[in-house]
Amino acid sequence: MSVHVSPTSTYVKVFLTLILLTATTVWVAFYDFGILNNVIALGIAFAKATVVVLFFMHVKWSSPLIKLIAGAGVVWLVILILFTLGDYLTRTIHYTAPPI
Amino acid sequence: MSEATSTGYPEENYLTQGSTLKSWLLTTDHKRIGVLYLLTISVFFLLGGLFAAGIRLELATPQGDLVQPETYNRMFTMHGILMIFFFLIPSIPATLGNFLIPLQIGAKDVAFPRLNLASWYIFVIGGCFTLWALVSGGVDTGWTFYTPFSTLFSNSHVLPAALGVFITGFSSILTGLNFIVTIHRMRAPGLTWFKLPLFIWSHYATSLIQVLGTPVVAITIVLVAFERVFHLGIFDPSVGGDPVLFQHLFWFYSHPAVYIMILPGMGVISEVVATFSRKRIFGYKFMAFAVLAIAVLGFFVWGHHMFVSTQSVYAGTVFSVLTMLVAIPSAVKVFNWTATMYNGAVSWDTPMLYAIGFIGLFTIGGLTGVMLGTMGIDIHVHDTYFVVAHFHYVMVGGAIMAFLAGIHYWWPKIAGKTYPVFWSKLAALIVFIGFNLTFFPQFLLGYMGMPRRYHAYPEEFQVLNVLSSAGATVLGVGYLLPVIYLTYSFFFGARCAQNPWGAVGLEWETTSPPPTLNFDEIPTVTGEVYDYSPKKEAQVV
Ligand SMILES: [Cu+2]
Repeated sequence: MSVHVSPTSTYVKVFLTLILLTATTVWVAFYDFGILNNVIALGIAFAKATVVVLFFMHVKWSSPLIKLIAGAGVVWLVILILFTLGDYLTRTIHYTAPPI
Repeated sequence: MSEATSTGYPEENYLTQGSTLKSWLLTTDHKRIGVLYLLTISVFFLLGGLFAAGIRLELATPQGDLVQPETYNRMFTMHGILMIFFFLIPSIPATLGNFLIPLQIGAKDVAFPRLNLASWYIFVIGGCFTLWALVSGGVDTGWTFYTPFSTLFSNSHVLPAALGVFITGFSSILTGLNFIVTIHRMRAPGLTWFKLPLFIWSHYATSLIQVLGTPVVAITIVLVAFERVFHLGIFDPSVGGDPVLFQHLFWFYSHPAVYIMILPGMGVISEVVATFSRKRIFGYKFMAFAVLAIAVLGFFVWGHHMFVSTQSVYAGTVFSVLTMLVAIPSAVKVFNWTATMYNGAVSWDTPMLYAIGFIGLFTIGGLTGVMLGTMGIDIHVHDTYFVVAHFHYVMVGGAIMAFLAGIHYWWPKIAGKTYPVFWSKLAALIVFIGFNLTFFPQFLLGYMGMPRRYHAYPEEFQVLNVLSSAGATVLGVGYLLPVIYLTYSFFFGARCAQNPWGAVGLEWETTSPPPTLNFDEIPTVTGEVYDYSPKKEAQVV
């Protein structure tokens, strides 16, 4: 298995992207987008994580198996969030028994 | 068990490579690390057992007359924390798994030997934090650390205990990671996936849970600590948090953690049943996929712990249905072990006695789990001794029986010595009787409404509680016996033959005990798994 060696410039670009995205997070925090506040903040965070995983952690150049395992981590996070929301979003719906 | 002939016992083996403390504490040999784990978890098991003894002693009488209620809360909490995080979770994977995975796949060691040693040290450090919590007064939150009690109200030593669990989690993650990479990359030539023993399959499934689930509980515990210290609003409703969120996060790991405890046990039982029935496991591929199915499905059922929290009934219904689905692969396991024994040449050696005990007790534990997954029944028996009995049938009747089956099966491999047949069979019988006497009455108590986690109870429950306490004494004797005769065997036992059970599998093709690098020559696999053909049979006798 050959090991991918990234040029230093890649790491510099990753660093600058992360700084830029962090600055964006701070900048948007000064505006109120209502319900979109969390969506935007989490979207930026997700973009940052993706950059780190793909380039800094070399997943972009890894074998399909490594990609599968890294992807599984994301899928499992989705399971956690999805089923937890499945509780929170349906709590207020009241069940009325059908007439007998 | 056949004893060694004058030739064949390896004078040079992994045990003879240095006997100094340093040679053990700095070893990277997976076999020695397995032995280190075995000793460490035995200490934690003893400690956890002492707390269980305290609980049963208090419950021998209806009045709370032995200890203060606060002390009782700390006793059952320490019992739970020690037994779950420091005994059951590492029990089979870190000891038998560590020892046997490289041997069964024909490798010289695990993929990351130094990481393997590091995970033992992390485990010990985590254990020290928990012991610190213990000696400074203990914790009273229950092993579940439920908020808001753990973050806002408890006056006990939540932080060191939580830190201990957090640190130990990393040991579990690293062990899982090591096993996944080892099983993927270190298999001997010719050893394809469907030639792997089911012990390997079940450890692979377990490792996936360890790697995917443990980080969640680790971060949850950090959140508890942060809220306790800095009063962040994560679980505290008065500052915008939600205590039920803790239950979601906690059970996302802690239900699958049940499978971290039971799946390796299923692996052990598969090996033992095949060996002592002299047959290939019935439905081998189904058995392999069943452990994977249990591991994956196990992540979709956590809400069954929350039927009486404020969880929505709709989520509860989904979790309830998914919970029952787990019964399908679990039943595949039980039926296929039975089918393997059917028409097999079954012999009643000690490991097989434990394995048969496992099959019966796990079935009871599993079926009562289906009952508890039914929302109507769960609302009736939630937080009663019915639940306590259910999970002890799975974890003690299941996981510990399997652990003992595995220890007795591979002891000749680990120690290279025989143990007394009579005493070991007697111990298996005592454990089985003691276990049922301890925990069956708890099903009845729970169904009649005795709540768990109280140090006093109404008088009409006394007879069943006395039976349970008496059973615990018997069970204690049953556990003490193997400690005594195995220790004796390790130092003074007769040397055993390389393959005393006449079993197939790569681990038996090297000497007992194995050399440091396991095999003089890496084997090439040509045959099938569990190849108990009549020809082999003749050679064994
Ligand atoms: Cu569960």
